[in-house]
Amino acid sequence: MADPMRIRASMTGDKVEVKVLMAHEMETGLRRDASGNAIPAHFIRNVTVTHGGKTVLSAQWGTSVSRNPFLHFRFKGGKAGEKVMITWLDNKGEKRTDEAVIVGGG
Amino acid sequence: MDARRREVLKTGGGVLALAAAAGIIRPGVTLAQEWNKAAFETRSVAETVKALGGGGSTPSGAIEITAPDIAENGAVVPVAVESKLPRTQAIAILIEKNPNTLSAEFEIPAGTDPFVSTRVKMAETSNVYALVIADGKYFHALKEIKVTIGGCGG
Repeated sequence: MADPMRIRASMTGDKVEVKVLMAHEMETGLRRDASGNAIPAHFIRNVTVTHGGKTVLSAQWGTSVSRNPFLHFRFKGGKAGEKVMITWLDNKGEKRTDEAVIVGGG
Repeated sequence: MDARRREVLKTGGGVLALAAAAGIIRPGVTLAQEWNKAAFETRSVAETVKALGGGGSTPSGAIEITAPDIAENGAVVPVAVESKLPRTQAIAILIEKNPNTLSAEFEIPAGTDPFVSTRVKMAETSNVYALVIADGKYFHALKEIKVTIGGCGG
């Protein structure tokens, strides 16, 4: 099981600012190990962020998103105390969902 | 009753197929859990635009790319894209000289700012394109990022 995501969701004016750090190797499939064998690709393909059952961002990724991916975006319609839920799915079918409570901010 | 229902369903399916053929519905863009394999295997900017359902794209000054001019480590290059185009539906990040051009594609529903920030790998110095789909049309901006140490191979 992959490590949990680190999520920060905070109010900035009337918007929710979301910053996420995911724990994933994002292996390209192009590298070789010490004995010259290809290291198989292993990367996140889909990311979905929801708030109150509504999708606020969805993404498709390739192998060139950096290891331990970072994501930052903003959406309207959220309030402090509500939850943001994030799910990723990788090319091996592994999946992880984490959530964070929106905190008040400046 | 049943027969009529079937008739309606059949017609509905036909309409959907037509819409898909006309490019009104792009399966890769509208369904969250789908992964557009063809788009991620493309090897040029033009191919990627096509695989994402566009006939071509127009340069736009309303798209801003925030990224370093020089990236010392190609494995971690911060790239942010902001679109000021009305009805921005999707933002994609393309790296022209990577083994595969398309890095990431984000769908922006109404209510979400047309802005995304992430980190990408770059094999070598390259133009980075921000492709934006707004009101069904395709636009782009580009920025060259010089890479000191490439971050894709091994």
